[in-house]
Amino acid sequence: MKKFVYADNAATTKVSEKVLSSMLPFYTEGFGNASSIYALGRSAQASIEKAREQVANGIGCEAKEVYFTSGGSESDNWAVKSVAKNLAKRGKNHIITTVFEHHAILHTCQALEKEGFEVTYIPIDDKGYVNPCDIENAITDKTALVTVMFANNEIGTIQPIAEIGRICREKKVLFHTDAVQAIGNVAINVKEMGIDMLSLSGHKIHAPKGIGALYVRKGIILNNLIHGGGQEKGKRAGTENVPSIVGLGIAVEEACNIDNINAKASKLTPMRDRIISELLKLPKTRLNGGTENRLCGNVNISFEGVEGESLLLFLDNMGICASSGSACTSGDLDPSHVLLALGLKHEVAHGSLRISLADDASEEDVDYIIECVPKAISTLRAMSPLWERIVKGE
Amino acid sequence: MLYSDKVLDHFTNPRNVGEIENADGIGEVGNAKCGDIMKMYIKVENGVIADVKFKTFGCGAAIATSSMATELIKGKSIEDALSLTNKAVVEALDGLPPVKVHCSVLAEQAIKAAVADYYTRCGIDPTPIVGEIHTCDGCCEHE
Repeated sequence: MKKFVYADNAATTKVSEKVLSSMLPFYTEGFGNASSIYALGRSAQASIEKAREQVANGIGCEAKEVYFTSGGSESDNWAVKSVAKNLAKRGKNHIITTVFEHHAILHTCQALEKEGFEVTYIPIDDKGYVNPCDIENAITDKTALVTVMFANNEIGTIQPIAEIGRICREKKVLFHTDAVQAIGNVAINVKEMGIDMLSLSGHKIHAPKGIGALYVRKGIILNNLIHGGGQEKGKRAGTENVPSIVGLGIAVEEACNIDNINAKASKLTPMRDRIISELLKLPKTRLNGGTENRLCGNVNISFEGVEGESLLLFLDNMGICASSGSACTSGDLDPSHVLLALGLKHEVAHGSLRISLADDASEEDVDYIIECVPKAISTLRAMSPLWERIVKGE
Repeated sequence: MLYSDKVLDHFTNPRNVGEIENADGIGEVGNAKCGDIMKMYIKVENGVIADVKFKTFGCGAAIATSSMATELIKGKSIEDALSLTNKAVVEALDGLPPVKVHCSVLAEQAIKAAVADYYTRCGIDPTPIVGEIHTCDGCCEHE
């Protein structure tokens, strides 16, 4: 049988058995509408509230501060637009974010700029970290919100979120973080870390696609997203997706369990480091993002002289699923904004490969990746006129 | 990104990869910044493309279009090779995603650049015959 290694868990993850089995009864037995008065409806409502508790426990907030959404992008949009529009009424029309956020934040900020908001995009250093002092220095009396991702989706660097949270508290500015990639890798406590709003997504932590959550500290006004019925305190109307909400609750409970976080880190960190050190043995390669404070399953390496999409197709032929920051894979003209923000040249960014492992990764998977990637690189370099020039030193 | 089976076949088993020693014409188009470079080598005998090889740095479509373009001109007259359009390459591959059509333009230009080089080496001004070579299909122009 052809070997198959799924190494793109930062893109999405497999639904776990535990999550799936928690969800299934809600399709055919506990299918009631949570707004209905009879027992079937009441039990659906109770299951939603239990999941809300599980999410709240996972990140250290109260259940009433958790809103279910369709995922990370919706949570990001809802949080940023809501704060921006409410605080603009008080003359605060400035938002601070970073250059390497997910597009759900960047494009939301760009849309707000068109409406007259001012946005400061804080740069990152060449290892992929934000300096909290830069955030502090950018805050003015017009600043409504600071939004900084907890961990970067491409290069896996974990940001000094507690430090930024402390600064925002001191300066009395609201602080949102997109924690989609961090959940399950870092112990998160929103109260201790000074986080006012947090976005998370189910499908990155073995729950289904199409479900996520937004934490909003009580006291912060959240605007209505969908008008209609009274679901989610009337702020996001529409009959709840009970099976997915139940699945998300279990997934967050599993992901945020400190023993699970520690077990995952001690298992994946050596695997990640083995992949990195083996692949860096190839000439003209570089690791993108620092090694300290990096997601335990994230590898991001650039191979000069090779274009990322062809590398992915080559690996796909060998049964390996991975990802790249090349322009061709984004359908864009430019390669990944994250890699460019690190200071990479376009041609080096085009040749990047992201491998993201999940907790079910095996040493055999790692062996196979280490065996196949150099083969792919050597074949593609052999036919690359760019590699020819690099070798000649042109 | 949905590629046809033919594109995937030409990516997986590219035809005519490599270089030709003592080639009669070499053409290179594209640039590293945009993420694709194609280099085409031709051997000409009695006005016919007796052999053709390519090297490409680029995405799956760039490799597949290079491969297909070499197949379409091998054994053909220079005139036939010059009349090869990017559209013909796309059709021969059973289509390309819209964002990848520029790869086929690059393949067409790579052939023209190789033929132009051949004419230059023969002491013939290629421009009236081959026309202007577009080394990059406008993707740099957005800057």
